Amino acid sequence: MAGQTLYDKIWDAHLVMERDDGTGLIYIDRQLLHEVTSPQAFEGLKLAGRKPWRIDANLATPDHNVPTVNREQGIDGIEDETSRIQVVTLDDNCRTYGIRQFDIRDRRQGIVHVVGPEQGATLPGMTIVCGDSHTSTHGAFAALAQGVGTSEVEHVLATQCLVQRKTRNMRIQAHGRLPDGVTAKDLILAIIARLGTAGGTGYTFEYAGEAFEQLSMEGRMTVCNMSIEAGARAGLIAVDDRTIEYLRGRPFAPKGALWEQAEAYWRTLHSDPDAVFDREFEIDAAALEPQVTWGTSPEMGVGVNGLVPDPAGFDEPSRAESARHALTYMDLEPGTPIRSIELDKIFIGSCTNARIEDLRSAAKVVKGRKVAGNIKQALVVPGSGLVRQQAEDEGLAQIFMDAGFEWRAPGCSMCLAMNADRLESGERCASTSNRNFEGRQGHGGRTHLVSPAMAAAAAIAGHFTDVREMLEDA
Amino acid sequence: MKPFTELTGVVVPLDRANVDTDQIIPKQYLKSIRRTGFGDNLFDAWRYLDEGRIGLTQNERRINHDFVLNQPRYQGASILLARRNFGCGSSREHAVWALEEYGLRCVIAPSFADIFFNNCFNNGVLPIVLDENIVDDLFREVAAEPGYELHVDLPAQEVVTPSGARFGFDIEPGRKHRLLHGLDDVGITLQQVATIKDFEARHQARQPWLFGALQGD
Repeated sequence: MAGQTLYDKIWDAHLVMERDDGTGLIYIDRQLLHEVTSPQAFEGLKLAGRKPWRIDANLATPDHNVPTVNREQGIDGIEDETSRIQVVTLDDNCRTYGIRQFDIRDRRQGIVHVVGPEQGATLPGMTIVCGDSHTSTHGAFAALAQGVGTSEVEHVLATQCLVQRKTRNMRIQAHGRLPDGVTAKDLILAIIARLGTAGGTGYTFEYAGEAFEQLSMEGRMTVCNMSIEAGARAGLIAVDDRTIEYLRGRPFAPKGALWEQAEAYWRTLHSDPDAVFDREFEIDAAALEPQVTWGTSPEMGVGVNGLVPDPAGFDEPSRAESARHALTYMDLEPGTPIRSIELDKIFIGSCTNARIEDLRSAAKVVKGRKVAGNIKQALVVPGSGLVRQQAEDEGLAQIFMDAGFEWRAPGCSMCLAMNADRLESGERCASTSNRNFEGRQGHGGRTHLVSPAMAAAAAIAGHFTDVREMLEDA
Repeated sequence: MKPFTELTGVVVPLDRANVDTDQIIPKQYLKSIRRTGFGDNLFDAWRYLDEGRIGLTQNERRINHDFVLNQPRYQGASILLARRNFGCGSSREHAVWALEEYGLRCVIAPSFADIFFNNCFNNGVLPIVLDENIVDDLFREVAAEPGYELHVDLPAQEVVTPSGARFGFDIEPGRKHRLLHGLDDVGITLQQVATIKDFEARHQARQPWLFGALQGD
């Protein structure tokens, strides 16, 4: 019998029972909750007269709706009434059931996918769900982490289980090391551009190979975070020394003898050498350049030194049609050099790229420079209160502010523009977030996805530029 | 949840690949804490020319008469014909709530994104995967014939065209059963309380660090 993949191992360790129709009942170790996708789940629970199965499996924090200014006012600082009701509802539900929450005033509050790992609430070998598609982030710790709908949030609250059919396995191998100035974000954008936005549907990814091994935990989270943009509900990376060292001493990580026992188990969390994957995908990381998306799907990306493609050159008619739609929406002409595209706004933040390493990488580019005159607004939104504090302690906040960036309080912010941070119609943004869908950052707004270093470089230049040239000058 | 057995209804075609859930229901409507009230804002940014917000009624909006949902021939549609990877992106179940409330109880496409596909079954909406060539043909037939209707027969797992052509589709037996009877998954799973508790005890013995760690400060 062939060996097991990492996914197979975690699946087997959580399979409560196989149901008659071939689906499995999977035990869930951790549920992360935020204010947008949980209210209807709590209401469903209440209407059915049910209680949460296991309170200590849940961790909550508000992130999507929270403002990134006036945070000293707490709830009262939320101007939008519907947003305020949603945040208050999360408070009420957590209080009613005794669920652990980092509320809007807590210094540990932040984007749920930044907070979980930071607190050690995300641990290797866990099954994790959240009513948010970017839950795949936590796969960087060899945790099977998946986004679910609100009915499934309720199902997990009520039963601690999820009904699911086992996915197929795809291994994504990245050979070689990323060149200087080319980051985890560029790597995952390049993978999505090649695989397509549905290339991973029905699969769990395992990222393997030298390029991923060389990434920090922050970089690995960036990669796993965007698995869903290639259609995969989950992406995994095996446990190694970096995983262990990241978690050691985190508030919710085990301590003492329990840590020893856990670590011994965690070190078994990798695919067996003879494991067979249903599909293999390979990419040469050493040959990549910084990536920029030009369209309205994350798969529509190209190297910074490339051109906006001509839909006429696409072999598949439906892809050509999508590209034409996208270019109209983005107001771009085929053949335009990416480097000549001018920006209106810059957003550095989101569950993809708002960790300390991301801010360091952007600050390195920004240091001693000024945001270009044509940029109307350049935002830095740290992923959590603790990231914000650390960036201030390291002097990064000052570097950003000196250059003309606005230094904000943590939350999802302009990644999806549920709070007041947004693009106006027609505005063009270099964004470190994960989705360039129509209207994602504001009705009529145009989003180009890039790495933090590339967003910083675009802020300084006023248009896209190859950040590696700026790093040489520094 | 409303049961789903058979459905005969007008088909509205949405000829775009990779329709994401941000298009199906834009972010501003996700601020609601209810499961209802999303139907008027289905495909909001395509359906209206102005920007919507919670609380605006349809009378206060500028209608985009070019968008399929607004064309007279597709009024009252209950089946959405779509292209590949329908429902990609965000996990927001609000997308399915919006479709269902608008009256679209069945979506036919060559492929769906995983989370959206799951969410459909939890809301009495039937997503049907048909071969890309068949979907192409259906798009042509819908365009050619105003008032074009399909018959969807869940017990027989068939889509029947006006000319009598029948296309079979797959569905997991458990999901089919739940749709046919309008059953909620939680109730079914809770029939396994003892099995879950047994598993949980063994799981805790193997990985004790997974339990209790979030309590205290």
